[in-house]
Amino acid sequence: MCRRWSRRGGGFVSAGGTLRVGMDLVSIDEVVDSVSRFGDRYLERVYTPHEIDSCGCRTSGSAHTDRVVAQSLAARFAAKEAVMKVLRPVEVQLDWRSIEIHQMAGGWCQIRLSGQAAAMAAESGIDELTVSLTHEASVAGAVVVGRCETSEQGDG
Amino acid sequence: MTADETIRQVLAEHGRLAVPVESLDEGTDLFGAGMTSHASVNVMLALEDAFDFEFSEKMLRKSTFESIAAIRAGVLEMTGS
Repeated sequence: MCRRWSRRGGGFVSAGGTLRVGMDLVSIDEVVDSVSRFGDRYLERVYTPHEIDSCGCRTSGSAHTDRVVAQSLAARFAAKEAVMKVLRPVEVQLDWRSIEIHQMAGGWCQIRLSGQAAAMAAESGIDELTVSLTHEASVAGAVVVGRCETSEQGDG
Repeated sequence: MTADETIRQVLAEHGRLAVPVESLDEGTDLFGAGMTSHASVNVMLALEDAFDFEFSEKMLRKSTFESIAAIRAGVLEMTGS
């Protein structure tokens, strides 16, 4: 079980609650292939209109810009999967679009949940999610941390 | 081409499996065989193209894509044939 910590006297003291961490990696080549093969059907089944716009999907055109777009899409897919790992759905497959990686004006990203993902977070007492995205030439990754209001039971 | 042959072809092209599709039996866990969540999206879209339908929201469960048998059942449910 993870605990929520507060800084005190140079150390960290548990203040109750729990943290959940999720991470994922996505191959950028796979995303390039998906966009090439399925086009808008792929984009619109996985990403929100904001994500499609903020990744530059509607303005790309050259091979170089297409790869830059794919890097951004791959990082967002990794973040969505990382959120799934934090939410821990057992059987249901959440709509990918119910997890939005929202790019702020300053360039950093926040997670916005809707629909079933929002309901699942509420049921789990997750009151805050934070995300970090990264990519290099061949792979993109994301780490998501979720803060639960209450301690979790039965995790051994 | 039978439904199973089409499913295996889709998996071979889009499943990114760690093992040859020929080595899978119909109950093999595809996620255990290396299929990632991202690959499962491509498998879903390719199945829709191959069988000319669109998965309903209630079919979009991880279990729908967990094995060849599960995919076949999902395709049959959606196409009614």
